Parts: sequence; C-alpha cells; structure tokens
Amino acid sequence: MRSLGILDRRGLIFIVLVLAAGVLIPLANLLAPAGSPFHVSDYLVPLLGKYLCYALLAVAVDLVWGYCGVLSLGHGAFFALGGYAMGMYLMRQIGPRGVYGNPVLPDFMVFLNYKELPWFWLGFDHFAFAALMVLVVPGLLAFAFGWFAFRSRVTGVYLSIITQAMTFALMLAFFRNDMGFGGNNGLTDFKDILGFSITAGTTRGALFFASAVALAAGYLLCRALVTSKYGKVLVAVRDAESRTRFLGYKVANYKLLAWTVSAMLAGVAGALYVPQVGIINPGEFAPANSIEMVIWVAVGGRGTLVGAALGALVVNAGKTWFTGALPEAWLFALGALFVVVTLFMPRGIIGLWGDLTSRLRKPAGPVPAPKPAE
Amino acid sequence: MRLFRRLLSAALLLAAALLIAWAAPASVRAQTAGGDLAPALAKIAADSYSDTEAALVLLSASTNPQAGVIVAALSDGRLLVDPATKAVYVRAKAGDALADAATGAAVSVAPAGLKPVRLNNRVRRAAEAAAGALSLLAPDPAKRLEAAGAVFKSRDAAALPTLDAALAKETVPQVRDALQQAKAAILVTSSSASEADRLAAVNLVVARGDQEALALLANLPADAPASLKAAAANGIAKINRSLAIWSVAQNVWYGLSLGSVLLLAAIGLAITFGVMGVINMAHGEMVMLGAYTTYVVQDAIRTDAPWLFGWSLAIALPLAFLFTGVVGIVIERTVIRFLYGRPLETLLATWGISLMLQQAVRSVFGPTNKEVGAPSWMSGAFQVGQLSITYNRLWIIVFALLVFFALLVVLKRTSLGLYVRAVTQNRRMAAAMGIRTGRIDALTFGLGSGIAGIAGVALSQIDNVSPNLGQGYIIDSFMVVVFGGVGNLWGTLVGALTLGVANKLLEPFAGAVLGKIALLVFIILFIQKRPRGLFALKGRSVEA
Repeated sequence: MRSLGILDRRGLIFIVLVLAAGVLIPLANLLAPAGSPFHVSDYLVPLLGKYLCYALLAVAVDLVWGYCGVLSLGHGAFFALGGYAMGMYLMRQIGPRGVYGNPVLPDFMVFLNYKELPWFWLGFDHFAFAALMVLVVPGLLAFAFGWFAFRSRVTGVYLSIITQAMTFALMLAFFRNDMGFGGNNGLTDFKDILGFSITAGTTRGALFFASAVALAAGYLLCRALVTSKYGKVLVAVRDAESRTRFLGYKVANYKLLAWTVSAMLAGVAGALYVPQVGIINPGEFAPANSIEMVIWVAVGGRGTLVGAALGALVVNAGKTWFTGALPEAWLFALGALFVVVTLFMPRGIIGLWGDLTSRLRKPAGPVPAPKPAE
Repeated sequence: MRLFRRLLSAALLLAAALLIAWAAPASVRAQTAGGDLAPALAKIAADSYSDTEAALVLLSASTNPQAGVIVAALSDGRLLVDPATKAVYVRAKAGDALADAATGAAVSVAPAGLKPVRLNNRVRRAAEAAAGALSLLAPDPAKRLEAAGAVFKSRDAAALPTLDAALAKETVPQVRDALQQAKAAILVTSSSASEADRLAAVNLVVARGDQEALALLANLPADAPASLKAAAANGIAKINRSLAIWSVAQNVWYGLSLGSVLLLAAIGLAITFGVMGVINMAHGEMVMLGAYTTYVVQDAIRTDAPWLFGWSLAIALPLAFLFTGVVGIVIERTVIRFLYGRPLETLLATWGISLMLQQAVRSVFGPTNKEVGAPSWMSGAFQVGQLSITYNRLWIIVFALLVFFALLVVLKRTSLGLYVRAVTQNRRMAAAMGIRTGRIDALTFGLGSGIAGIAGVALSQIDNVSPNLGQGYIIDSFMVVVFGGVGNLWGTLVGALTLGVANKLLEPFAGAVLGKIALLVFIILFIQKRPRGLFALKGRSVEA
C-alpha cells in the first residue's frame, strides 16, 4: 500500500475513518429524525468534537515524546494558549450583546474598570488574525523555550520538570485578574463564530467537521515528518542522543523543529476545542491536565501517532462514562491505567494488537518490536 | 425534714438581709468600709455624665481594689444605682447576683427600682483610661505591661499620678521601660510640661520605635514648640529606617519558615531522586498520608485518652514514619522496581499511584478538610523587637533542621547511608562490589516516603488536611530538588531556604502570585545554565 507514500495501511484506515466520522456524524445529527437509530444527539456532537481535539493534541504530544524522547508535561500550556487566542476572538464577536452592553470591551473588562482594550487584545476581532495567533503564540513560546532548553542540553526528567514549571507559571499568571484574560472565570458566554450562532446545530456540525479535518491533517503532517529523513534522525536522537550528536547532527535543531510543530498543533487543537465546549479558563493550564495527555499517548501506543489519537478517544470516552456512572471510581481507574499501561503495555493498545495478530499468524511467538528508549 | 431545713435557712437569710438593710443604709456603709471610694460613688449616684466622669478620675487614683471592679462594671453597664437610697451596686458578669460597690459584699435581696448608670462616649473613654490607669498597679506584671501600652495609646494625662506611683515601685525592667514610654507619650503631647521634659520624652518614644510611636510623633499637637517638632521629625525618620529593616527581617523570617516547609516536603524526594533518578510523583501523597496519620492519632486520643493530647504529635511522628515508609516500600516492590532504567515511565506510574491514593483517602475520610489540633506548646506567638514569631512556625523550622541533620547522619554514618551513596554515585559499580542495589532502592524509597510522612505531621499544623494536601507541595518540591541538585542533601537545604526567602522577599514588591511566577521563570532559566542543579554530582556517572 504505497499509494500515498507516507501512509501505511494503518494510517490510511485512520484517515478514512476520521474523515468519514467528520462527515457522517454531523449529518446523522442534522438529517436523521430524533427517533431514528442513526440519530446522534445534540449533546453527543460537541462531546465527540472535544474528543477529536484531544486526539489531535495527543498526536502532537506523541510527535515529541514518541519520536523525539522529550516527555513534555507542559503541552496543556500550548493547548490553552491556542484556546485563549480563539477565545479572545469569540469574546470580541460578542460586541454589544454582553451584559454591560459595551461594544468594545468584554464584560469582565467593564467589571474590572478597564477604560480601553489592552494592546494585546487588538486585532482579535479579525478571525484571520486570531487564527494566525493560534499558531504563532504557542509556536513562539515553544521555540523560545526549546531554543534555551535544547541548547543547554536539558534532558530527561529535568526537562519534564521545567515544562511542568512553565505551565504552572502560566496557570498562576492567567489566574490573575490584572492579566487581562478574565482571571479565574476565563473567557465564556460566546455568541457566534464567523457570524454563525455558536449553539446552532449546523455550526456545531461544521466545527466537528473542522476538528476531524484538523486531526487528519495534523496526522498527515506528523506522519510526513517522521517518515522523512528528518524523522529518521529524530528517532536516532530519541534512542541515542549523544551518539547522534557525535555523528555530526545538530541535535538541538532537530528537537526544536519537532517541539515547535508539536506546540502549534496543540494550539490548533485548543482553538477548535474552545468553541465546542464554550469556555476557556486557566484550569486548562493545570499541570495535572498535561500529565493526563501523556497517558492518552501511552495507552494508545507511544510512537505510533494513530495509537495516540486512539488512546485519547478511549481514555476520554472512559472518563465521560466513569464520571457519569461511577464518579468515585474514576480516579482509581485513571490511576490504575497509568500503572497498568506503564507496567504491562509499554507499547499501548496498538502494540497489544500487533502482538495478538502476529501470534495468531505465527504461533511460535512474536518477534519483539524494538522498544523506544528514553 | 429536708424541706423544713431549707425553709429555715431561707428564712434566716431573709432575716439577716433585712437586718443589714435596716441597720446601715448603703451610702453610710460605703463611707465606713470603702473609705476613699465614697466621694466617687456619691458622684456616680448622681448619674449625670459629667459627675460620672469626675468620679472616674477619682477612681483612677484610688488604690482600693474595688475601684477596678467598679470601673469595669461601669463600662459594661453593670453598675446599678438605687435612686431612692443613692446606693451603688455591681451586678455579676453572669447571672443576676448583686454586690455592694464599695465593699464587694454580696447583696441577697435586690432593692426595687435599680437603674444602670448611663454611659456616653466621653464616659466610655474616661472609663477605659481609668481602667488602664488602675491596672498599672495590678500585681501581675503582664497586666501592668498591657496597661502601660494602653496608656501609651490613650495618652491620658489623668493617668500621670498613677504612672508615677507605678514607676516608683516598679521592679521589672521591661515593665519599667513600658511605663516610662507611656509617661513620655503623655509628656510629649501635654502642653503643660516643660520643653526640656518634652524633648527628653521624644527620645524615649523614638526608642520604642514601632508603628504606635510613629503615629504619636506624626500627630503632635499644633501648638508644640518648633524644637519639639524638629526632634519629632528626626525621630520619625529614624523609626522609619529601623522599621524598614525590621520588615525585611520579618520577611526573611517568613521566608525561612516557608523554606523549612519546602525543605521538609522536598528532602525525601531528594534522596529517592538522587538514588533512583526518578521523581516520585506520589511523594506529595506520602506527605498527605502523614498528615492523615496525625489526624487519626489525634482522633483516637480525643476519644480514648484526652490527657495525652499534648503528646499527640510525638506519638504521630513514629507512626507516620512507619506507615508511609511501609506504603513506600510496597509501591517500590510492586511497581517501581519493574520500571528500572525507564525514569519517565516511572514518573507516569507514580502519578497514577498518587491519583489512586488521593481518591482512596477521599473515599475513606471524605473530601472535606479534617481538623488537626495544635498542642498548647505550639500555639501563640512572641515578639523579638518588632518581629512577631509564632511558635508553630518556629517549631517547624527547628523540626525541619532536625530531620535534615538526622538524615545527614544516616547517610554519612551508617552502613545503609554508605550503600545509598554508593548506588547514587555509580549503580553498576556498587552492584559489582556486592551491594544489593534492589534492596537499597526499596529501603531508600521507604526512607524517603517515611520522611515525607513525618513532614506531613508537621505540615498538618499549618495547612488544611485534605486529600489535595500533597498536590500543593509537589511542584514546589520538584523546584527545590532540581534547583538544589541531585545526590547532595546540602543542595536541597540551600535550595529550599533560598527559594523560600526569595519568595517572601519578592512578595512585597511583586505580590504573592507574580513573585512565585518570577521564581518559576528564574528556575527554568537557571536549569538552562546549570542543567544538573546548584550542587551537581561531578563525573561521568551522572551522564544518563
């Protein structure tokens, strides 16, 4: 199956499934009558859309963790920054329909006695500018952070800790009312996006479709990166960083590219997430969220991209079910998942599936797949 | 029979009361028994505001112990006058028991038509001043000290004679200073004193050097002579300088206190990280378990052995160490040892364990804060100069240092410590020399967890004991460990205290949140410069 070059069979199935879902689920919501077995409820569409955003985020985390060996405990920061950029656009779209009726200032600014829009809010009334910022802000932060960290050869646990410090610092900053991002409450009460009402079924469907397309595109981009020559060096960095450096590769630059692309993908995921859930607040920066993202990747299968997306879907579907049915048990289940996956499923669901199928074909026992080193 | 006895005694009491009431009208008795109180009581009985005020001046100069009772009763509205006989009575604080104002003798039958002595704000102020003046002569030095402080604040010239009387017989130096300052405060503000006296008084007030002295000097009466005003301005500048230094000192103290908390939380993490190269995400939950152990111990003591309460922390310490130590060893043996050489995955697994421990505690004890009491020797505060030091913070600093040095002794002077250091520096070489590294890992993990547990006992005194207790400390502990460097306990000590003090010194300028953000950014930048922390182990073995 070499039709698309960068796609293997698994990737092709994934792309087809995601795009099919992106078309069919909104259609099933809008066209099928409420009683029909094909109907997808209004509640389910944004929920599934949220999962797609998480899946894109997981693909981004997998690019740096699975292929570059950088365990980021701060990807929630990039996700939230993308979300805030979109949130700022949506806030500006409210216009004079806010509680205080101010045509320029969002409600929380009126409430906090702002006289005029802070400079960093300028331009966010244009969708194109906001969309650019969704990429630029997380990308710039990641570039600056990675520039320093990778050049100083901060690796392993130390790198994980400082990424966590980064998202923690941002969380504290965004919780401040003086920052001009709505403080504690974040940004919410959105009315419309690009002129369409944000609660309308068609808008929700379109957002869902956009999320599916973004996931597919993000996957293709990552896949293109990791199957290229660049990707081979990236894997070499992951498995033997010092050796790759001794061979003459500029390790820091290789890491920096993957890191920045990953942050921008996370930003896009955040931007698509916000209009579907209707709120963005500093809680998204919480370090615990970022750690949870890593476990999505681990559950699905680190270093497989498809597995990362799969893991995000499975874990979040589980979370939705547990918190509804057995709220007490959710943290037990999530905690156990962390332990079980790291102990018994180092290659996640994808790896388990691979083991099972090869065992069926060849009872003598599977050839152990190479294990990604730290 | 019993009924008869009761009736008899009631009748006798009634008869006696009637007899006394008949034999001596109250005003007469006041003169005979209370001596000097009589003129004051006569004025009070008149029940006009100005008379009451005059009476208070008389009372404040009295040496009769009953004067204090009368003044206190007056300000509480418990001083009653019989308009018919002009007798004055004091009603007890609780209940309706009456006592004669002049003698303090109980009055069993209340005369009809008693009226409380009326108060207005002027009378209330006069009563306060009189109470202050009276307690200047109290037998308890602490009371006298407090009274001197009250006079300093009120600057009531009427207290001057009493102050002089008190100064003449004062023997405690500290109280003497306070009395002199109080006198100085009166002199500075009174226009009748001589200029030389007032200038000398300014110096005394400056020597006191606190906010109240500042307020006094800033609000001199308008008619004060120029020399006095100049001296006061000088004094204000001097006090401000010394207060600025004291406030830095206070912030350093708060910083040391925060630093010791960080040290307690991070020290266990530092050794497990040093030995196994793994950051134990469940470390904060070990702290939390230690705090809950304290709660359980105190709960048991409250129900079964309340007299042991003062010892509850001492009992909780070894229990918390053992309990969390065992939990730590179980975690190491069941999960972590299968993940050697994969530090990032260990990080994830321990995070999972931390989630489960949190939820377990939440399921067992509920999500709300549990109340952990403080033994009496840990509550209260004392003053050093302008520095306010609370006992619980002081004990936590002492405790953190004790734990630190105990751990240092364990690491430097015991065979376990030797093995731990060997494994930290070169795991494979240590194994080749016959050290059972797996066993050392388990013991180290138990030790680190146990120390987290006793940190929890200490932190239960200053933080809310809830399932989220550990979450609040885990990131700060990481920062301390990566800042201080691995494999060196001194690094942890320096890191914890530096971060604590820096945090508190930044707070007045930047605010609590911005200060913390600044520190996080600083650490991120610092790690770029020194990727292995402040005190890194040297040598190739460190390179992963």
